[in-house]
Amino acid sequence: MLLGMRFALRIPFLSFMAAGRQRFFLHAIAFLACVVMGFAGWAASSPRRAPVQSPVVQAAGTAQAIPALPAVQPVGLNVVVLDPAHGGTDYGARGTEGIRESEVVMEFTVQVRRALESQGFQVVQTRMGNENPSFDDRSAVANAQQGAVLVSLHIGSTGLPGTVRVYANEELPAETDATGLIPWERAQGPFLSLSRKLGDLVQGQMALRFKGSPNTVQSAAVRQLRTTAAPAIAVEVSSVTVENRNDLDRMAPGVADAIAKGVAAFKPSYVVAGAAGVRP
Amino acid sequence: MSPKWRSGLIFGLAVAVCGAAIYLPTLRQRVKRTAKLVQETEEQARRELTQAITGNPNGPRVKAKLFWASGADGAKLTAVTVELPLADDPVLRAKQVLNTLLAGPVDADLRTLPPDAALLEFYLMPDGTGIADFSEAIGTSIPSGIESEQLAVDSITRTLEANVPQVRRLKILIHGQEVDTLAGHLDLTGTFVVSTKPAAAPPAKPAKVG
Repeated sequence: MLLGMRFALRIPFLSFMAAGRQRFFLHAIAFLACVVMGFAGWAASSPRRAPVQSPVVQAAGTAQAIPALPAVQPVGLNVVVLDPAHGGTDYGARGTEGIRESEVVMEFTVQVRRALESQGFQVVQTRMGNENPSFDDRSAVANAQQGAVLVSLHIGSTGLPGTVRVYANEELPAETDATGLIPWERAQGPFLSLSRKLGDLVQGQMALRFKGSPNTVQSAAVRQLRTTAAPAIAVEVSSVTVENRNDLDRMAPGVADAIAKGVAAFKPSYVVAGAAGVRP
Repeated sequence: MSPKWRSGLIFGLAVAVCGAAIYLPTLRQRVKRTAKLVQETEEQARRELTQAITGNPNGPRVKAKLFWASGADGAKLTAVTVELPLADDPVLRAKQVLNTLLAGPVDADLRTLPPDAALLEFYLMPDGTGIADFSEAIGTSIPSGIESEQLAVDSITRTLEANVPQVRRLKILIHGQEVDTLAGHLDLTGTFVVSTKPAAAPPAKPAKVG
């Protein structure tokens, strides 16, 4: 790069030494040389450029959820945040038949959204197309809502095909923040028991529709759930290894109905104060 | 400058631009390949160094419990007893059982960890936190999914719990770095509980079984 800059400076200097109309041509040549050498320098010096982290992500990563403010009016559950996992260049689980988790979950999301709206819920999505927001950006969507729950949708690459498992986070370490704020890194902590209750209700509905599915919610350290300051579950459908994509598509209405009924059954047990991010 | 020289110069520069455009992608690929080769060589050296100190084939063989997937639907773990010449030192012992776990069961379908993954190093902190540093393949070759990733971590924690009582919690690193997730789902930023039992005294010298 530096070499290119040196030539870029030297060649116009030489061109000023020349006389008359030749100056124009020498300037043109100098500019061309600059572009070539500058580009060559860039290509050789940066074979692998680190992605630039957006200020939004950095802010979200270090932010803290809003503390408990004086309650205005108790708010019931009225928003469901749907999180189709992966997206963009992250395909998630991939099957031998070319099935991609990131694509299938978008189609599941359409049906889940419809089922939830028919139950009277407002639905917000963490992604609408083939993009891949960060974990923190997805959590921020849920944390900005009042009286919301988050449902993260996944297609696994293992498990008995045709079954569905619902996960809530494992126990998180106790909060030690003396300020009373909910630390972003452990935002799920105060909501764990509610998440498990929501998970049990949704998993119970899944077990009725998909034979071989567990009857109760499973525990796992799901990254997406940890930074969500709301009841949050992950639903994983088995699996991308099915021989025919239609086998998965046929499950979508049942999965959508089970989620909608489970969330509706959970609604009476979730009443929060009228500020986002407050403790349950 | 005469028109003849000017034309020659412009032609020369045009050739240089075309040449650079053709050569640059090759140059970038070559740089990338060299970087990857250096990384693999480092990892191979670390692996050889690690494996050289963990083996003790002449030591007394004891029964070790390893956790691999059960045959039914692969979603649960089952304990398999294997005779190994386990060391008394908890760090060496942890390396031995984890390397055996990585080597896999006789039936490859019951694997919980990818066959090309390697344990690069294992550390034990005074508070009982074990730090297992695996090669990148543990994240890139494992089947992606909450269930499969949780099963992989469970097989590691339960194997450590059964054979190395000094380890209370486990932190997983990949190639010496803390990473967000194992393969897109399971959170690796925290530690995993290995044992909730009160800290035990170091195990007595194992009885010979073979």
